[in-house]
Formats: sequence, C-alpha cells, structure tokens
Amino acid sequence: MDDILLRAGGWLLIALLALAMSANAIDHGFAVQMAIVASAALLAAVWAMRGAGNAVLASGGSLPAPRDRYDDEVIRWGVIATVFWCVVGLLVGVVIASQLAFPLLNLHSEFSTFGRLRPLHTSAVIFAFGGNALICTSYYVVQRTCRTRLAFPWLARFVFWGYQLFIVLAASGYLLGITEGREYAEPEWYVDIWLTIVWVSYLAVFVGTIVRRSEPHIYVANWFYLGFIITVAMLHLVNNVSMPVSLVGSKSYSAFAGVQDALTQWWYGHNAVGFFLTAGFLGMMYYFVPKQAERPIYSYRLSIIHFWSLIFLYIWAGPHHLHYTALPDWAQTLGEVFSVMLWMPSWGGMINGLMTLNGAWDKIRTDPIIRMMVFALAFYGMATFEGPMMSIKEVNSLSHYTNWTIGHVHSAALGWNGMITFGALYFMAPRLWGRTRLYSLRMVNWHFWLATIGIVLYASSMWVAGIMQGLMWREYGQDGYLVYSFAEVVQALHPYYTIRVAGGLLYLAGALVMVWNIWMTIAGKLRDEAPLSTPVYDPARDRPVLTPTAA
Amino acid sequence: MANLLHRHKVIERNVTLLAILAFITVAIGGIIEIAPLFWIDSTVTKVEGVRPYSPLELAGRDIYIREGCYGCHSQMIRPFRDETERYGHYSLAAESMYDHPFQWGSERTGPDLARVGGRYSDEWHVQHMKDPRAVVPESIMPPYAFLADRDLDLSHIGDHLTALRRVGVPYSDEDVAKAAEDAATQATGEGDTTGLANRYPKEQARDFDGNPGRLTEMDALVAYLQGLGTQVDFKAAAPREEKR
Repeated sequence: MDDILLRAGGWLLIALLALAMSANAIDHGFAVQMAIVASAALLAAVWAMRGAGNAVLASGGSLPAPRDRYDDEVIRWGVIATVFWCVVGLLVGVVIASQLAFPLLNLHSEFSTFGRLRPLHTSAVIFAFGGNALICTSYYVVQRTCRTRLAFPWLARFVFWGYQLFIVLAASGYLLGITEGREYAEPEWYVDIWLTIVWVSYLAVFVGTIVRRSEPHIYVANWFYLGFIITVAMLHLVNNVSMPVSLVGSKSYSAFAGVQDALTQWWYGHNAVGFFLTAGFLGMMYYFVPKQAERPIYSYRLSIIHFWSLIFLYIWAGPHHLHYTALPDWAQTLGEVFSVMLWMPSWGGMINGLMTLNGAWDKIRTDPIIRMMVFALAFYGMATFEGPMMSIKEVNSLSHYTNWTIGHVHSAALGWNGMITFGALYFMAPRLWGRTRLYSLRMVNWHFWLATIGIVLYASSMWVAGIMQGLMWREYGQDGYLVYSFAEVVQALHPYYTIRVAGGLLYLAGALVMVWNIWMTIAGKLRDEAPLSTPVYDPARDRPVLTPTAA
Repeated sequence: MANLLHRHKVIERNVTLLAILAFITVAIGGIIEIAPLFWIDSTVTKVEGVRPYSPLELAGRDIYIREGCYGCHSQMIRPFRDETERYGHYSLAAESMYDHPFQWGSERTGPDLARVGGRYSDEWHVQHMKDPRAVVPESIMPPYAFLADRDLDLSHIGDHLTALRRVGVPYSDEDVAKAAEDAATQATGEGDTTGLANRYPKEQARDFDGNPGRLTEMDALVAYLQGLGTQVDFKAAAPREEKR
C-alpha cells in the first residue's frame, strides 16, 4: 500500500513539475511538450491509484489472479502498438512521397511541410514501429528461451509506456519545429534524457530476465538483443551530448561542431541501422524463423562467428556516409574498408537464416509466413551487398546525395525489417491471445504480395532515379559546359517520384490487410476459407505429406 | 577451433561476461576512428575569415534547422569538377568549425547551399520562400510564406550565444551582451553598424525581407543564406594553391 502511495505521489510530483516547466517555458513548443508530459504523468498517477483500489480488494481476501506461464500482457500491448505505429509511419511516408511528386500537397501550413514531416516519417518507422517491434519481441523471446517470467514486471510496463511517451514527444516536437537537426537523432535534449531513463530500464528488465533463466545457455537471439540494447545506449549517450539554451526551453546545441560532429553523428546514424535495424532484428530472426520452420538453426558455429564479427565491424562503417567530404581521408578509407568487410558477417546471418529451412523448403510454397521470412532474409542479403558496394568511394561519388540511397534504405527497411516483423507478428498474435490460428492465412498471402509488389515498385524507381540523377548532375556537353541545370534534374525525377508513391500505397495497403487480420485474430474470429494448398499424397514418389488434412 | 568453441560456452552461460565483451567489441571502432579527430591538428586547418555566426545569422540558422531544410539541402561541396563548377569551391573543414550541429546533409533533393550566399538577390530569396514555383517552375520545395508574417523572437538570443560559448564557440562577453542589439542592427542597417562589423567581419547589414517596418523570421533566414560560404576569400587564396 505504501509502495502504491509512493508511486502515485511520485507521478503526481512529476506532473506538477512538468506543469511548472510548461508555465515558465520560454518557447511555445516547450510549453506544449511539457503539457504532454504532465498529462502522461497524471495518467500514470491515476493508473497507480487504480492499482491501490485493487490492492485493497486483494487484502480483503479475494483470490489471486491466475498466473500464466509467461508475463505476456505487456507483449500484447506491444503487438498492438507495433501495428499502430506501422500504419502511422507508412501513412506519413506516403504523404511525404506524394509531396515530392506533387508539391501542392505541402499545403500552406507550417505544420504540413516536407521539412517537418520527414523526421516524423523516419522516426515513426524506425523508432516507433521498429522500436516497439524490438521491445515486444525481445520480451517474448527472452522469456521463452530462458524459460522464466520477465524480471521487474512493473519496470517492464514502465519501459513500454515510457517508450510510447518518447515517441509522442518526439513526433509532436517535429511538427512544432523542435529538432536538434541531426538525422535520426532529432529529438531535443529533454526527450533524450527521458529515453535514456527508459532505455536503462529496458536493459535492466532484459538482463534481469536472463539472470533468472532456468536454462544454462543464453540462446543466440538474446546475444543479438543484448548487443543491440547496449550499443544503442552507447550511441545515444555519446551522440546526444548537447548544451540546452535554457532549462525551460526546447532548444539545444550539439557539443560537437563541423567535422567531429559529422563523424559522431554518422557513427550514430550508421549504427542505428547496424544495431537497431540489424542486430535487434537478427535477434528476431534467430527465434521466429526456426520456430515457424520447425527446424533448428542451421549452424551454431556460424552464429558465433557472425555475431562477434558483425558487432565489431559495424561500428567502423559510419564514415562511408561522408566520402569526399571535409572528413580526413584516413577516416574515409577506414570506413570504406570496414564497410566492404561487413558484407561477410551480414551474409553469415542471411545464410544461417536461409539454411535453417533445409528440409523444409516446401514451406515457402505452403506457408505465407515462412515466405515472408525468407523474403525478408533475401532482401537482407541484397541490401547488405548493396550497402558495401555503395561504400566504395567510386560508386559513392555517383550514388551519394541521390535517390539511390533512398532506394537502398527502403529495400532494406521495407524488405528486411518490415517483412521479418510482419512474420513475427503473425507468429505471436494467435499465441498471445490464445487462438488456435490466425484469423486468415489467405490474407497473409495477400499482405505478402501487396508488400512485395510495393517494394519492387519503390526500390526500382528509386534506383533508376538515383543513377539518372547522379549521371545528369555530372554530364558535360561537347562545349565543355554542364549539360543540365539543377531544376531540369528535379523535373526529370517526377515520373519516378510518382511510381514511388504507388509502391508506397501498395505497401501501406498490405499493412492495412494485416491490421484487419490481427484485429480479427484478437477478437477470436476464424475466417472460413479454403486452405492455401491441397497437395495430394503420391505414395509412388514418396512425396512428403504437407498438411494432415490434405493426406 | 573446437577448443575456442568450447571456451565460448563460458560466455554463453554468463550474461555479465557476454555484456562486457560485447560492449568492448563495439567500443573499439568508435575510440579508434572518432577520438583522434578531436586531437589531431590537421583535422581542421585554420582558415582566415572563418568567424562565428552573427546573432541574426544564428537566428536564421536556427530557423533553417527548425524547418528541417537539411533533409533536402546539403552544405558540403565535394572536390569534383562538376560540383565545383555548379556550386563553387569545394567545402573546407574550417568552414563548418562553428557549426553546432553540422549541416552537411545527406540528400540533394534540392541544390547544395554551402555557397548560396550572394548568388541571388534578397528579393529573389523572399519570393522563392513565399512561393518557390513563382521563380523556379520545376521546384518541388514547400512554401514558407509564414516566415514573412512572423516576428523574430530575439528575447533570448544572448542565451543562445552563451550556450554556444559553453561548447567552444569564441563569443566574447561583449558579443553576448550586444546580441539582441546586433541582430536588430543587422536586420535594418541602422544603429551601431561599425561595432557590428568589428565583431562580425564581412557581415551584411540591411533589411532583407523587403519589409523595413518589421523584423521577421524571413529577415533572419535570408541573412543566414546570404552569408553562407562568403566568409573565406577564395580569390585571395587562389595563387597560393596554384604554386603547389
């Protein structure tokens, strides 16, 4: 009881403090943000007091709630949050892609310009969709591979809600023009401090759960999750060192300047890709692919080699974002060499994932969830080949500053991160809500094809656009003058920008199919549908029996 | 190999060891690659003319960052013939030595702006901000007409200079004390212009937004853009370059 009073009191205190800061804010944006913090803290206080009511009831002698084997409540929230932010992130993506094709869509409001919406899109997809997917799958995986319940259940819930507050503060900040102006690290100083608190709690919950495991071994998926959590903490702390103008204002200035700031930022930026979008998602892959394929991981040795080499090499690759800039040459060369080397451990992960299907390759035909996962691994392999290639200075001189980079990023994000997450969500949803199966497997198939065609349109249009852009910028005529003005190149991109919008719309449509499917799964409905394949057993050729019903 | 794998089992059973080893593994790259940039002198060669931003330019730069201009515009000219002919002399490290944060960018959805200063008239910039397609029909830039209707908030500009001084930008006490006054002087061309020119050599002081009665965010942004890339005199440096 005292504990609950303390907790509710603490939240109320935070709410009051935030209100005071809001009232004394030196800029309008900070006042709005602190009001959001105050409302969130008030909600938390109400929640804590509601718990007090329950505690009183419990002391009155009512029966304790039945305990599940695993602490899945927060993971169920996480699945819903992941799906929600997925749709938000993709929707904003479609909007800003449309703005590039049709600039009229910037409207005449400061809140709807491409400049403010773009960080909203990148953060919503990477940190809101990707981050929620990582948090909820890591909670799911760590409990099951350690055969124990989450450590510090209250803290685990704090991590989830604290992370949502981080997202809301970051996103509303971008719309209000609150930004540090460094790509993928845009949230301002106070949001950074909040994220640090949440992230350290996340580390505590994750490590705490591993410590109380009832398995002697720590499963390989957890190495990747752990590596991701630790490295992101390091990157976030170093990259966001900044000096606030005022303790009641939103603006701050980075502690670093120019060259040093550039390399620190891209050391962070590239490893946001390397650890947030790669190591963490490989953790996901190492659990969900073997589970869905019902096969063990292909090679234990390969997983050891590729884990250590991946995390060691990735950190060095940042300077390839700064080729031919004012960054010293030695740093550029280091970045180039390590980026090329990175190809190998990346493919180690892809091979380990793909070869896990040994003996179960037929499932690509019969199981759309496996198909999604295999597709994700294929795109992971392709993007991790393309990345090292683009890190070679000669290629980079053409590709840098163009839409080729955008195409590369999206083939990886939509193909690898998106698809592996969808696979994991489809795997978890029926199990978390205790359903016999998903609402519809045929709708997963629809989702797969909508997303695939979307990615193909997106990536190919941006590849063509990027290479064309690079070539047009550097084209000289017979007279020795540049052939194209910048504006002519912009004009030439219009058809590709339009194709990109179509690709994005298809991918979004696929995600909406998923929303419906998972919604109905949660509701406990089963779609009455014909099975995806009805293979006939042929005893003469001794074909495997694919589904019990088909035999 | 088998022995090594056997030893790896120790790591797999000890989360503290796993965490510490993983942390050491990921820390090495950053330490070797980034840390030396802070103490190797040749990273940033001093160049004559580079100075901290004037208060008005700084306010304009804050608006540039606020609106996310870096998402589409780079400020880093690479040493290629086509880029130096299109945008001007390639960018030097010293030119962004007071940039907290750097704004080199990663995309050229729009053109590079590292040397846009002095290329267009103030009127062109104001028109272009209000309605980009009025002056460049192919442009896909969003309109920023609202900047011309909003007063520039200079009430805390001194604090901005102080914050930057704390992270190493050499603003003097006088710079900080006169920050608001200097900003107003630069945006009108009236007041202590000699003091302003002494503190910030080669600054340009005039009404930038074509609305002399008001000090708007447009004034600040155009002042920032008109100053970009103009601090270093490359004509004076040219003969020395050729001699090498």
